[in-house]
Amino acid sequence: MSGLLTEAFLSSLLTGAIVAAIPILLAGLGEQMSEKAGVLNIGIEGMMLMGAYVGFLVAFETNSLWLGFLGGILGGVLTAIVMAVLCVRLGLNQIVIGIGLTLGVEGLTALLHHFQFSRTYPRLPAPERLNIPGLTDLPVIGPSLFGRHLIVYLALIAVVVLAYLYRRTNLGMTLSAAGERPAALDVAGGNVLGIRVVAVLFTGAMAGLGGAYLANIGAGLFIPFMTGGAGFIGIVLAMLARGRPLWVLIGSLIFGAALSLTTALQVAGSNIPTDVIQMLPFAAVMLVLVLFGRRAKLPAALGAAYERGAR
Amino acid sequence: MTIQDDMNPVSADPETNVDGIARTVTERSALQRVLTLTVGPILAAFLLSALILMLVGVNPLTYYGYILERSLFSGLGLQQTATRMAPLLFLCASLIIAFRAGIWNLGTDGQFLLGAVISAASAPLLVGVLPGWAVLLAGFVLAALVGAVWSLIPALLKAYQGVNEIITTLMMSFLGVLLASTLVKLVFRDPETTVPQTRTLPVEDRLPRLFDTSISSGLIWGLIAVLAVHLMMTRTAFGLRLRMVGANPLAATHAGLSVPLLTLATFGLSAGFAGLAGASEILGVAGNVRANWNPAYGLMVIPLVFLARFNGVGAIVLVFFYSALMIGSESAARRLGVPQDFTLVLVASLLICLGLGEYIDHHKRKKER
Repeated sequence: MSGLLTEAFLSSLLTGAIVAAIPILLAGLGEQMSEKAGVLNIGIEGMMLMGAYVGFLVAFETNSLWLGFLGGILGGVLTAIVMAVLCVRLGLNQIVIGIGLTLGVEGLTALLHHFQFSRTYPRLPAPERLNIPGLTDLPVIGPSLFGRHLIVYLALIAVVVLAYLYRRTNLGMTLSAAGERPAALDVAGGNVLGIRVVAVLFTGAMAGLGGAYLANIGAGLFIPFMTGGAGFIGIVLAMLARGRPLWVLIGSLIFGAALSLTTALQVAGSNIPTDVIQMLPFAAVMLVLVLFGRRAKLPAALGAAYERGAR
Repeated sequence: MTIQDDMNPVSADPETNVDGIARTVTERSALQRVLTLTVGPILAAFLLSALILMLVGVNPLTYYGYILERSLFSGLGLQQTATRMAPLLFLCASLIIAFRAGIWNLGTDGQFLLGAVISAASAPLLVGVLPGWAVLLAGFVLAALVGAVWSLIPALLKAYQGVNEIITTLMMSFLGVLLASTLVKLVFRDPETTVPQTRTLPVEDRLPRLFDTSISSGLIWGLIAVLAVHLMMTRTAFGLRLRMVGANPLAATHAGLSVPLLTLATFGLSAGFAGLAGASEILGVAGNVRANWNPAYGLMVIPLVFLARFNGVGAIVLVFFYSALMIGSESAARRLGVPQDFTLVLVASLLICLGLGEYIDHHKRKKER
């Protein structure tokens, strides 16, 4: 094992953990808002993949990573609009439509990618990095913690902003009310469907951004089906965080580490088959669910469509 | 069954859905319901997908025409379609049990693949040791057991801890798919081939073919499985108990049923049938499992089961058309250069249009009251 614990291995593990954590952090934060408002957003995997596809395409055509991120948000929101109309406005089953959206985006992006690029996978140039003089030069942790793309720090700020929003603002209370007692919110003059639509669109934006990060920064290219369950891991994070953004952050770092162990072990030249290594993050999720699954607390009205006056 | 109210088996049967007032409604309105609930969504889905085909520059008429010609109007295609129905039918049986009992088993892909791998690993070794029928029986039984075992963690978590099974079954599915591939590469690998794959069951030892065709008799077993499950869920006391748990677990507890045990039974049966689906593909058609093979039938069958409103007979009809679609699109992928991923788009459009049909029907009936 001593051969594994070199500076290069640790550095790539830490870097990998952060790079892998950001997409699932964004997805988890997005899903959390949907779930707070009472919508179980299974379509998040599709929103993320659409964000990755549109985000990559925009960045590839314009050579601008920032426009790419905007494109990712747009792709996620467009997918979320379908979900918002069908599941919130029309009250259709959230799980069936969520699976439908995920399958549809998987097929659509693979199809479009095939007709645009055939079997080639063009790469984006390496992203520019934020350089903080002094800190970035530290060994091991320097390049991993302080040399990331600006979006990483924006994601961290989002954790704080969301925590404040949920605890201290009226909007946060309205969101919880829509998820716990939609009828009570309705009687109090709140707009249940309106706030749920906002929550679903926010989920789409965050998941799309996460997808764009995955494609543009994480991989530097788009591959069909590339999200590979990252959105579903985001759902698990949101379920276990019991409504707290900080817990989503902690969870995403743990799963990010499990995900990056995959790449780090490959870098270190370990001869364990990739299939086994790829099982790590999912095994970690199951382990956490077995140990703490009972503690997951979900809003009372989660998954149920709200119809005024319905029994 | 409407897609709006959660899985509610009481309204799952069209027959029981018809109350006194609805019985007097004329024939024409029954026809209208069929149009809004079944034919309409299917047509709308094909139209919606046609738009996407046009977007990528493929003539939808050529594409759909090719699929029809290839899968239904050619003898060989029709036989392939019938053969492909077997694993899909077993998966329908699996999902009908789970959905009628209110359990979202979304992990059928993992259960399917592990079932396939264990049957491919065991059957070739048993040839010569056991008589032919016993080899096949052993393959099927092992596959069902392995599938059921793979659902054990989600089942226990759901039954005793109340952990949402959607996530746990999905995660176990990802794990199962990767584990299946690992097992093929490391444990059950055929030492005589260069590509990683299991030993191959000789053609003469596979499930017999029907009459003079190339149709595998797995089709018959799949049909029996769906019909048996349909009868079990609608006509037996055990099926009624499962449906009660699905309709209202709290009420079922008060009625004296052991909800945790019935939940475990649902998972075991549903995952067992998913395992059988894997075995039917291997023992009937493929003969071996190659590493990284994953047809991912599981999630794709979900819309069919919903479209059939959890009715076994309806599911059989839909599986036939769906199977034709798959055979046709596999061929179109080679000939017309449209990747098979298009089937995913079609399935997704079907799910969405189906939901819209339910919505329209729901509101029409509300007005009638």
